[in-house]
Amino acid sequence: MSKSYRDLLREARAAVREVDTAETELAAERGAIVIDVRETSEWEQGHIGGAQHVSKSYIEQEIESVAPDRSTPVVLYCAGGIRSLFAAQTLMSMGYADVASMRGGFQAWKTEGRAFSTPVVLSAEQKQRYSRHLLIPEVGAAGQARLLDSRVLFIGAGGLGSPAMLYLAAAGVGTIGIVDFDVVDASNLQRQVIHRTDRVGMPKTESAALTIAELNPDVRVVAHPEALGEDNVDRLIEGYDLVLDGTDTFETRYTLNDAAVRAGIPVVHASVFRFEGQLSVFVPHEGPCYRCLYPTPPPPELAPGCSVAGVLGVVPGVMGLLQATEAIKVLLGIGDPLVGRLLIYDALDGAFSELQLRRDPHCPACGDGQPVETAGDGVFIFSPAPGATTGAATGVSA
Amino acid sequence: MTAVRIPPVLRAQAGNQKRVEVDGATVGEALDALLVQFPDLREQLFSGEGSLNRFVNVYVNGRDVRYEQELATPVKESDEVILLPAMAGGR
Repeated sequence: MSKSYRDLLREARAAVREVDTAETELAAERGAIVIDVRETSEWEQGHIGGAQHVSKSYIEQEIESVAPDRSTPVVLYCAGGIRSLFAAQTLMSMGYADVASMRGGFQAWKTEGRAFSTPVVLSAEQKQRYSRHLLIPEVGAAGQARLLDSRVLFIGAGGLGSPAMLYLAAAGVGTIGIVDFDVVDASNLQRQVIHRTDRVGMPKTESAALTIAELNPDVRVVAHPEALGEDNVDRLIEGYDLVLDGTDTFETRYTLNDAAVRAGIPVVHASVFRFEGQLSVFVPHEGPCYRCLYPTPPPPELAPGCSVAGVLGVVPGVMGLLQATEAIKVLLGIGDPLVGRLLIYDALDGAFSELQLRRDPHCPACGDGQPVETAGDGVFIFSPAPGATTGAATGVSA
Repeated sequence: MTAVRIPPVLRAQAGNQKRVEVDGATVGEALDALLVQFPDLREQLFSGEGSLNRFVNVYVNGRDVRYEQELATPVKESDEVILLPAMAGGR
């Protein structure tokens, strides 16, 4: 026997519990998941704050990632309260035990003068450009808007910075700051993929800005063609959400570390040597900092950089992309960033290994004492924490 | 025998080997045995006073010996000792 729309609607009304807007609000406060099942164009014009968006046409495919636990209370709404009834029936047939449909839909919600939010609207070009991000629930339109609003500072447009910059620019990180005093050299081109052969002799900040402009017009590049030092580090990192450390001297790494700890800015750290790379994320006071890992730098003769020891070009490529990955995780607040963990990549073995790092309570940069001032060249003048033993807490490192 | 993993930076002073098997009941004894085979490593690993250089981290099974018993940290047959010096390279 065939059924009319009226028959189906009557059956749905009989099977599905309906709630009003006030009950929906209360359910949300008590932990129910509120899902807007309208089309994307409707959602973008405004929706209930805190609601998730799963279009009715995708409800079967996506509900399990939005509500993995079938006993979680779920309230569905649409524009007028019909589509959400049918969607609720679908969820009940999938075994969701506590499903309701909001009577009157978003129209009733708005008519009653209840608050709603309007999401950041990406342009048609942006929706197309970032479509693969928009499909991932962990990113989505809100995450993409956050990336477009993010500010990341790169220390060095070199072997690590180049690949990381390319991918973060492609990902739509809205502001990319670049600190580099150097010019492009022919020997850079084996790995520093943001530069081009015809730009040898050009400042690296300028060359990187050209490539990024070609890649993604959404990105604003702020060039800082200067060397990072004690005198300018605080000014350079101010206002950035995250710093990507791609330098190649210990002095710069310690200077950056100490300033980032002072400013509370996370640093995604990587270093490379020939066939091997190290990577970690230093979030001030949440995990260890660079000085907790290596309290003092080695003497120069025991720690040659890439220009002396050489490096396989793809190794900074791999490590730079891992830095970019960690940066996106920190910016979006997703996953488990490598905080308190050191990842080691051995390209010849084709192996990754991981070491646990600990915060050093006596660390002169992020420890429990109060650093008084830095005197340049990594020398720390340090005042011990009350009650700390002077010997253990006095840190002078150069 | 305990395996000591030699990082790339130090391999030139360790006969270009990636892993060296040594005897010893503690980290200190294992490193002493390593230095008997490869004396050139001493300057990299130890300060003049005989303590570990602070720019080299030593891990036993992924744990930093600075937070264990330093050179007195015990090692067993199946343990892996990792030497990890700071690296600066990024460009």
